[in-house]
Amino acid sequence: MISYKLNSRFAAALALAAVLAMPAAAQTIAITGGKVYPVSGPPIENGTVIITNGKISAVGANVPIPAGAQRIDATGKTVTPGFVDASTQLGVQEVAAVNDTRDMSARGKDNIAASFTVWEGLNPNSVLLAPARKEGITSFVIVPTGGLVSGQAALVDVVPGTTTDMIIRAPVAMVAEIGDPLSVGLGSRGELIVKLRELLEDTKFFQTHRNAFDRAQTRPFSASRLDLEAMIPVVEGKLPLLVSVDRASDIDAAMRLAREYNIKLMISSGAEGWMIADKLAAARIPVLTGAMNNIPAGFAALGQRQENAGLLRKAGVQVALIGNAGGGDEEAFNVRNLKQEAGNAVSYGMTWDDALRAVTLAPAELFGAADRVGSLRPGLEGNVVVWSGDPFEFTTRAEHVFVRGREYTEKTRQDLLIERYRNLPGTHNSPVP
Amino acid sequence: MPNADPFPSTYVAFPSRTTVIRNVNVLTAAGPMIRNGAILLRNGKIAAVGATVDAPADALVIDGAGKYVTPGIIDDHSHLGVYAAPGGNALSDGNEATSPSTPQVWAEHSVWPQDPQFPRNLAGGVTTLQVLPGSANLIGGRSVVLKVVPGRTVQEMKFPGAKYGLKMACGENPKRVYGQRGGPQTRMGNVAGYRAAWIRAVEYRRKWDKWNADHKGDPPARDLGNETLAEVLRGNILVHTHCYRADEMAQMIDISHEFGYKIRSFHHGVEAYKIGDLLAKEGIGASIWADWGSFKMEALDAVKANMALVDHDGARVIVHSDDPSGSQRLNQEAAKAMEAGAEIGLPVSEDQAIKWLTINPAWALGLDDKIGSLEAGKNADVVLWTGDPFSVYSKPEKVWIDGALLYDRTDPSEQWRTDFELGFVPFNRN
Repeated sequence: MISYKLNSRFAAALALAAVLAMPAAAQTIAITGGKVYPVSGPPIENGTVIITNGKISAVGANVPIPAGAQRIDATGKTVTPGFVDASTQLGVQEVAAVNDTRDMSARGKDNIAASFTVWEGLNPNSVLLAPARKEGITSFVIVPTGGLVSGQAALVDVVPGTTTDMIIRAPVAMVAEIGDPLSVGLGSRGELIVKLRELLEDTKFFQTHRNAFDRAQTRPFSASRLDLEAMIPVVEGKLPLLVSVDRASDIDAAMRLAREYNIKLMISSGAEGWMIADKLAAARIPVLTGAMNNIPAGFAALGQRQENAGLLRKAGVQVALIGNAGGGDEEAFNVRNLKQEAGNAVSYGMTWDDALRAVTLAPAELFGAADRVGSLRPGLEGNVVVWSGDPFEFTTRAEHVFVRGREYTEKTRQDLLIERYRNLPGTHNSPVP
Repeated sequence: MPNADPFPSTYVAFPSRTTVIRNVNVLTAAGPMIRNGAILLRNGKIAAVGATVDAPADALVIDGAGKYVTPGIIDDHSHLGVYAAPGGNALSDGNEATSPSTPQVWAEHSVWPQDPQFPRNLAGGVTTLQVLPGSANLIGGRSVVLKVVPGRTVQEMKFPGAKYGLKMACGENPKRVYGQRGGPQTRMGNVAGYRAAWIRAVEYRRKWDKWNADHKGDPPARDLGNETLAEVLRGNILVHTHCYRADEMAQMIDISHEFGYKIRSFHHGVEAYKIGDLLAKEGIGASIWADWGSFKMEALDAVKANMALVDHDGARVIVHSDDPSGSQRLNQEAAKAMEAGAEIGLPVSEDQAIKWLTINPAWALGLDDKIGSLEAGKNADVVLWTGDPFSVYSKPEKVWIDGALLYDRTDPSEQWRTDFELGFVPFNRN
């Protein structure tokens, strides 16, 4: 794959220019001969996927190939929808330890930042996007972090251009964190629920007393006007409330609150979700979680185990997987490990089909974007990956990655570094010509 | 001469029985894989490895059809016990961040044997750990090598005869921690700090070596920190240096030359691939991650092919974790690095990759004569995997340390639970 030497700054600049130049999207692409997993339906042996003008136009066993189509032979390979990571700070965090590259949190007012739209800070030029896409991630959900109400999340595609170009749907959820009262300046779990309740009450009151508010004839509210406005779709049950929480009793508290206020609840992290899996299933509350963490890292996560995702699914809970491979500061760089998370989920009790669903259609459905991404159906975005084998296995490579019908083969920053150091003149790395 | 071993190991091997695993793929880390081979564990040692072995009449015979055996995994960068779960200030015992140079502290004095992360590590196939102080300090203190076994005391976990390590750290961490409280505030301040410490250590060693030779007058005053550093200079303690960037590794190498000690391994060297030749020439190991990077400036140039590139250059690759979660899946980390190598035309065989997980870290700890490969006479630290250890779907099924079965995924009664877990952790692992 090393086709030229980079031994001067000039050559490096040329290489960068080559990366930035966009290949033209082929009008029609026909991926033939592979085992196709539409996810929305049963797998198809020797299937064909046609992408026309950026959208999937046909999927099936006996699909005619349009004349002039660019053919991709996927014989012996696996074809899936592009993977969707259900929760990440990719694109809003470049270097975790460099503060001015961190845009995932708002200060808010009193730890409430409902009006914070995290995608305003999205950097379409983040060098971490290409490595994720190279490994088959074609969409992800940017989730704000911190505070009690962190802000609003968005689902985006990994395409070049502007934030507007990338967005599939925004907002897709309101995000809250309720597991750690001390971190938001409160005294206990119960007080944290009081604080949330006050916000919900104020939102409902604000909704019906806007005129009085504008005339300054209402009591003081616990949140700013824009935060209350942003919370209205939540109390109307239109925008899901994605609550990051681990302890079983905290999940239960969130469920009680959601029931009381008719809120569409989703749980993320959910370490002890398996302990109340049947209740989550009965209430049709989905869980976004991983499969590579079993550390009882705090008193709120003593029940953390790798079987969580599989046990939840077995109980009938809709599960989407998060690809941070056990957590850590390198999360944005390693969202690309979503496939490893899925493989481990299988290893710890989830069926392979459910694991594939948990990294494709499940997050698309949960975030209201199943009509755009997450499966292989006519009309959906041409987000398709051709894998050399089982997508979850380490020896498998994402050989062709299409996003909205365009194949991406550009070199990542890591590729450029490797080329440079493998071809450094005068060292062991290559013989001096 | 002060007592060189004031906290001696009291480890005693757990009861074992003669065991044969046969019809199993054996990754020995000492030669090519033996397909459908066999291994005999007797009296805590590996008694035989080969296409077949003679099974004594009293042996427990395990059929390993479709399975693999490997040496026990060795993680040379762990903070288990010193940053124990469930965490919080009460269990934060890894950084004596009260002074930038603290060679006087010993990690073992912070280790909590009831850390619930230990049994999880064992279930990941890890049989030996180097527990290090953190990286806040230029010189962080002594490491300790532990067997991943239940113990009431840390002494019961200590690997008998293992050398101590010295933790050093370069780059961002020390200057971040001390920048606003007396320094070092810069990388040049870091280097001045190492050199000042070694100057004092050389002087201290000279005084003691002289007194040890002639016993004239009173012995010199003891100083715990300089005792440790003097032992490094005498070659009795191995240096493990946290260092990300290639240029800083080269500077740390020069400092080692200036004062006449050896660096055993660079830890977290995300830029090791830039100086693979230098590491090979100096005989320094690269204890590295498969894919961590970008989380701070000095980690920006991480590439997934790091291990394959460094290996190709002839330096010793060691897959390390620095993470209680990653440590349980070092096999998966190696597998990712193998694929990254294959992608750039540097395929890594399983025979080679298993060395990254076993014999190479054993060398980093100075224990490669006892552990790290499946060879007759070595300690019977063995993992039986449900399948190819480089597959995402494989897990350790059974783990032996010194021939004793200490973990069995198929038998909850053979799954160690720490005191802490009793009552608090609401399930049996399997």
